[in-house]
Amino acid sequence: MGYTLNFAAVWRNFDDLLWGLGLSLLLAAVAIGLGCVLGLVLAFGRVSRSRLLSGLAGLYVTVFRNLPLLVLVLFSFFALPQMGLRLSKQSSFVLALALYSAAYLAEVFRGGLLGVPQGLREAGLAIGLTQTQIRRSIVLPIMLRSVLPGLGSTFIGLFKDTSLAAAIAVPELTFEARKINVETFRVIETWIVASGLYVVTCSILAALLRQVEAKLAISR
Amino acid sequence: MHGNLLEIHGLHKRYGSVEVLKGVDCNVAHGEVISIIGSSGSGKTTMLRCVNMLEEFEGGTIRIDGEEIGYATAGGERRRKPEKEIARQRALTGMAFQQFNLFPHMTALQNVTLGLRLVKKMSREESQALGETWLDRVGLLSRKDHYPSGLSGGQQQRVAIARAIAMSPRLMLFDEVTSALDPELVAEVLQVVRSLADDGMTMLLVTHEMRFAYEVSSRVIFMNQGRIGEEGNPKMMFASPKTERLAEFLKSSRFD
Ligand SMILES: Nc1ncnc2c1ncn2[C@@H]1O[C@H](COP(=O)(O)OP(=O)(O)OP(=O)(O)O)[C@@H](O)[C@H]1O
Ligand SMILES: [Mg+2]
Repeated sequence: MGYTLNFAAVWRNFDDLLWGLGLSLLLAAVAIGLGCVLGLVLAFGRVSRSRLLSGLAGLYVTVFRNLPLLVLVLFSFFALPQMGLRLSKQSSFVLALALYSAAYLAEVFRGGLLGVPQGLREAGLAIGLTQTQIRRSIVLPIMLRSVLPGLGSTFIGLFKDTSLAAAIAVPELTFEARKINVETFRVIETWIVASGLYVVTCSILAALLRQVEAKLAISR
Repeated sequence: MHGNLLEIHGLHKRYGSVEVLKGVDCNVAHGEVISIIGSSGSGKTTMLRCVNMLEEFEGGTIRIDGEEIGYATAGGERRRKPEKEIARQRALTGMAFQQFNLFPHMTALQNVTLGLRLVKKMSREESQALGETWLDRVGLLSRKDHYPSGLSGGQQQRVAIARAIAMSPRLMLFDEVTSALDPELVAEVLQVVRSLADDGMTMLLVTHEMRFAYEVSSRVIFMNQGRIGEEGNPKMMFASPKTERLAEFLKSSRFD
């Protein structure tokens, strides 16, 4: 073949890749943050004694876990404006990823909630705490510690999913890489560097999450 | 002031179609120490849990210092009280469980101060001072910063008792607090219970420790198939049981 790798053109545009990576991280952080809040509400809904609440939360999870994220992204970007909700590219992507991640996070949280021993809630009741206080001071912290390992891999998966934002021209890492690919024709080099950035970033994130996990571990 | 601290009248409780409490009547005066004995499944735990509203019950009333617990009856209609009100009433009684149930993500001291801060609305300093006083009382001040996983079963149970008693309940409920412990750890926990009894704390304690029941109780209640089978002072009851059931039960129990 006689193809020689030449990264010069990619390095010249490396700044763009880094900005893209920054935007990827930002999109993931905001979407996951919103997804966590909604996911928590859904998880408490699913384990609630009210048939209506657990049914609604279950329906949400079923629908959003069975939709391809790309479809959700395109729906949010193309269909919502038709329905009167006009958002920027970035916002419509964040909305899609937040709604999508909430379904997965809800399942992670639900598993954690079911693992909190009933006796601890009763101990809380016995000293006169209200249900709300028990949820906040006992159930939530114990549940979060127990789901942290699963949460880490979910977060990293969701970060990688930000690459789908390229489909609606959000200038994140994948989109920037495609731009450089088209402009410089250094196809192989561009995608090698972009892939490297994803791998390194995910590894760093994983290491950070492990540290948080170790710090919060219950046993001592 | 009302005569009795606790008045249970006609208490009925069923799980599905199984009637577990079939009309329990029981009055407890201030300062009384009452042991509840009886074979497995006779309803001892259920009775305590009803007093603390950890279980709903279908019939009868429970009053603490005259105040009806859990339900209000108006115009012949019986209604569960609002959750906030029930939470307040639960704080009138303290409960210690067989499985300790310490909050695993909190230190011994934090376990004790949680209720003081959230329910009694004490300041951090105030709650810590009181928490330390009670941990000292159960002999665990030096372990105040330990997490439950770093404490022995006996120590965990003593923290759990400190947590309950720090809320200054009018009535303490103990449900087989030594049953989950290794034999060598039983004495330290019973010692704590005994010292509370000596201080005049009113308590209902479900126990299989017959000697302990004999020594500390002002009265013993024998539960039998969801009813009070027999009650009286421990010396009389253990020496000359009036019912065949109690006689059999005592014969099968160990006194050591
Ligand atoms: N959550 C529940 N659901 C259904 N049945 C229950 C439940 N809890 C207790 N029971 C039943 O109620 C009856 C009384 O139980 P309870 O726990 O009050 O007995 P106990 O006297 O405390 O027994 P033990 O000495 O074994 O602790 C038993 O037959 C038990 O199987
Ligand atoms: Mg029991």
